Amino acid sequence: MALDPNSVFQFSPTHRLQWEETQQKHVILYPEGLVELSDSAAEILKLCDGTRDLSEMVTALENKFETTDLMDDVAEFLEAALHNGWIRERSHH
Amino acid sequence: MAGSGNARITNPRWLLAELTYRCPLQCPYCSNPVDFAQHLDELGTEDWLRVLSEARAMGAVQLGLSGGEPLTRPDLAILVRHARQLGYYSNLITSGQGLTEERIVELREAGLDHIQISIQSPEKTLNDQLAGTESFENKKAVARLVKKHGYPMVLCVVIHRQNIHQMREILEMAIELQADYLELANTQYYGWALLNRAQLLPTRAQFEEAEAIAQDYKARLQGRMKIYYVVPDYYEDRPKACMNGWGTTFLTIAPDGLALPCHAARDLPGLNCPNVRDMSIEDIWLHSEAFNHFRGEDWMREPCRTCPERTKDFGGCRCQAFQFTGDMNATDPVCGLSPHRALVDRVIRATESGEQAPAGQPLTFRNTRNSRLLATD
Repeated sequence: MALDPNSVFQFSPTHRLQWEETQQKHVILYPEGLVELSDSAAEILKLCDGTRDLSEMVTALENKFETTDLMDDVAEFLEAALHNGWIRERSHH
Repeated sequence: MAGSGNARITNPRWLLAELTYRCPLQCPYCSNPVDFAQHLDELGTEDWLRVLSEARAMGAVQLGLSGGEPLTRPDLAILVRHARQLGYYSNLITSGQGLTEERIVELREAGLDHIQISIQSPEKTLNDQLAGTESFENKKAVARLVKKHGYPMVLCVVIHRQNIHQMREILEMAIELQADYLELANTQYYGWALLNRAQLLPTRAQFEEAEAIAQDYKARLQGRMKIYYVVPDYYEDRPKACMNGWGTTFLTIAPDGLALPCHAARDLPGLNCPNVRDMSIEDIWLHSEAFNHFRGEDWMREPCRTCPERTKDFGGCRCQAFQFTGDMNATDPVCGLSPHRALVDRVIRATESGEQAPAGQPLTFRNTRNSRLLATD
């Protein structure tokens, strides 16, 4: 399932994204669930604020980490995040 | 200390706070200890606030507020508010009895994250019979109120021989109530459930038919409702990864302050579970004998000790090993590699032939009176 380039992404209102000091990790919390995130996954999810589409998120991340070619990795992660219900997708326009 | 070996001690991440053993329901599969009436001296508010703070400092983040019926605690909203301020993700595990709309709003404002409501059966007569009290209509009304106030709504139905034929109706009820999550928990045989096992354990054919229905709905409801299906481990060939490994993840505090590596561990002999009235959570988690007893692999015997699967299932459940073999160090007897697997098969065979549950043999309901009677036997 390919992502719609016009979609923007928003973190699920029924999940919580939180920094855990003791684990030194971000986690996602939901009923009966606790997912420990890698740093890169957390960086992507923090950009899911309902204003950015895929290419805008990639640009923001590439600028922040001074790198290129993140498109495939970010798209793959967002698809998995959608599947898991961590984020929601809606049309930009 | 026995068993600890060189195992690295991880932080607790799940705290199950059993606030009380009081409950208006009498479910015959309750996981509370059969002798709960001997342990009614509940922790006070200050103790619970301290337990929440100390466990959070150790890393606990998922919080289950359970019991008994946690709504019988008048200080529930105080505990929820404190939990939210500490950064817990908190879950009220309730029968729904006593959950008014006013209380739902109060708890929401205090910062409660979600509510899990148990329903015994999608059919009123059976629900009320299993709960030992008229509760069906109230449970459905509460489920709708939970939804109305914006909580993720989790329905929990415990599955056993009395309701397993209703699997399809259970799933349809969850759809009708717009559950976000449905926990289909095949009964695990501890506490009162073990006492009533002859009347509760389904046959393999019943279990397989119900599981096929559940898996079919699970696939179809993908994205709409998340279904957690808890398998009945007697019908598996390998043990469950009990507690994700002893003393690695889960911490249970019983109503009387006893700290348990799993919520059934009170029944294990000589474990000397510590009490939060005497020790801090940090001391309990890191240094108590009980939490170190089955940490790591040094305690394991054959066939676990050299088994390539030991890192996956951790030797299974210590309480189940004790129940069947009298030895809590044994391999979980549901494992096909256990020399004691025949003991589990014997229970299954008795169920299949019907000899274990003569027609009309009554269930023993979970209530204070029965608890007192059984404890003095």
